[in-house]
Amino acid sequence: MWKFTLRRTLIMIPQLIVLSILIFVLAQLMPGDALSGQVGPDVDPKRLDEIREQMGWNDPWHEQYGRWVGGILQGDFGDSYRFKIPVSELIGQRIVNSFWLSVATLILSYLIAIPLGITSGRYNDSWRDQLITGYSYIGFATPLFIFALVMLWLFGFTLQWFPTSGSVTPGLEPGTFEYVMSKLYHLLLPALSTALITTYGTIQYLRNEIVDTKQKDFIITARAKGASESRVYNRHILRNSLLPIAAFFGFEITNLIGGSIFIENIFGYPGMGQLLVESITLRDYTVLTATTLLFGVASILGALLSDIILSIVDPRIRIK
Amino acid sequence: MAEKLLDIKNLTTSFRIKDDYHAAVDNLSLTVNKNEVLAIVGESGCGKSALAFSIMGLHTRAKIEGDILYKGNNIAKMSPSELNKVRGNDLGMIFQDPLTSLNPLMEVGEQIGETLYLHNKNMSKNARREKVLDLLNKVGIPRAEHVINQFPHELSGGMRQRVMIAMAIANKPELLIADEPTTALDVTIQSQILDLINKLKDEMDSGIVLITHDLGVVAEMADRVAVMYAGQIVEVADVKTLFESPLHPYTRSLLNSVPNANTEQDELHVIQGIVPSLQNLPREGCRFGARIPWIDESAHEKHPELKEVAPGHQVRCTCYKHFSFPDESKEEQHVLS
Repeated sequence: MWKFTLRRTLIMIPQLIVLSILIFVLAQLMPGDALSGQVGPDVDPKRLDEIREQMGWNDPWHEQYGRWVGGILQGDFGDSYRFKIPVSELIGQRIVNSFWLSVATLILSYLIAIPLGITSGRYNDSWRDQLITGYSYIGFATPLFIFALVMLWLFGFTLQWFPTSGSVTPGLEPGTFEYVMSKLYHLLLPALSTALITTYGTIQYLRNEIVDTKQKDFIITARAKGASESRVYNRHILRNSLLPIAAFFGFEITNLIGGSIFIENIFGYPGMGQLLVESITLRDYTVLTATTLLFGVASILGALLSDIILSIVDPRIRIK
Repeated sequence: MAEKLLDIKNLTTSFRIKDDYHAAVDNLSLTVNKNEVLAIVGESGCGKSALAFSIMGLHTRAKIEGDILYKGNNIAKMSPSELNKVRGNDLGMIFQDPLTSLNPLMEVGEQIGETLYLHNKNMSKNARREKVLDLLNKVGIPRAEHVINQFPHELSGGMRQRVMIAMAIANKPELLIADEPTTALDVTIQSQILDLINKLKDEMDSGIVLITHDLGVVAEMADRVAVMYAGQIVEVADVKTLFESPLHPYTRSLLNSVPNANTEQDELHVIQGIVPSLQNLPREGCRFGARIPWIDESAHEKHPELKEVAPGHQVRCTCYKHFSFPDESKEEQHVLS
């Protein structure tokens, strides 16, 4: 088990190296740089070129890459060109915000998906199943950013049940109960919007697993033992059907990252997704590469987590 | 007279295909006595397994008519909770494929223990574990202490079938239904499993319904044999009579299609045609008639019923009196080829 986890973790190293090279090269290939927006009548283009030379932006990419990775290994992501503060400082609070938003979204989407998936699978082809399947089709067809806008308009502006931007009410002392509640209150609407619309995959996956497991021979064996229908469902069908859902978990995280880019911008939630979009428009390379790298690391960790969870819950792939 | 353990009366098990119900088991009556091995033989698709599932009440979508009396209680009319008290306790079932019939995510001990738990909730955990170990030893599993915590995929096919048997006999059922228990196993393991079932039968003195298409298994295990064709029983006899003087054309064709080690045969008998599918089953006249076309129609009855021809020996239809193998035509074919 530990050997497997260790080996699985070691595989991550080459993955990370390839990922960092890709991110760096792609960022370099983007047209323009942090200074190209500064061109104006009172700015001397020669001065800009001098700064570029000074910053080392004209060096070959591998030298720049070397400097960048060297810094990261020492915990230094460089300074933001635009905000003139270290990137790590800029990311610090936002990564925490994004983390809690993801956790809330995950919890909400499983809270929605598991009961719906179970109902849909257990009573397949009934009206309940059709209703739930209809919902997942709508979820599948609706773009997240449009749905989020509707939610924001309805619950944020029209009904005013939820705040429309930010991650906390200004002026609260961090660490107090009010502060925590305010944080929770702010992330509820974005989390709910994402959960409602992206959970269809898990619902349908769980439904199909249950429908599939229901027809397995060992279910007949369980009935032949004298197990009641509810026991057959809880002990035999559900346990076997939740396995792939656990494996799906890492993929879920990757999905969330994609979603957070829209959601954080729409809800004005100061997280990593918002920062990423900002840094692209401002050509703030150091911030851009750092956020993208962190998103990439999160995806790789998600996949690792999936593998480890699966190896714990499924005895057939448990490695001794 | 032997005690009747199971008395099936006019059982019809039908499945819905499109909008009609089609009987896979058609108006079948059968008894199983205490301490008896009753073998049910027939081709694939003749309704053997549908019959076994009916006895256990395992059909979820079939329409079941008629009575299945187990010691006077009608299984066919039981509510789910009544049924769950009987299944696993009075009735045990061994399935065909031990590979798929065990839950892949449950330890072997837990799966056997579940049968015990379901019918005796007061048993302590330790007592249950002891009992499971005892059962594993009984079915001949070496290193039971180790196997009890293993998962099905860690065991060989034969071992898994032994686990399956341990599960079926956990509560000493009085009637054991074995649905092709050796079909998925290789030959050496087959005979071990059959020996085991034989041994357990003597120990538990329960009745066994053995469903199989293997006549070798029948000869080795059975006391009485029921031959099934297209949802009906065409012949019932004790095993000796059946092998020595089979009457029904289907029984004779079956026996004739088994290679015999003692006599030299050039060619095995092949029964013409195929088993008709459920929708195309002839519901009138002799159902086997279509597969012995060289026998004149007048030989068959219009409404063939099982008739006793000797004590304990029943045959359906009158065609057996006029039946012979078309050996002449067979020889012709031989010359041609």
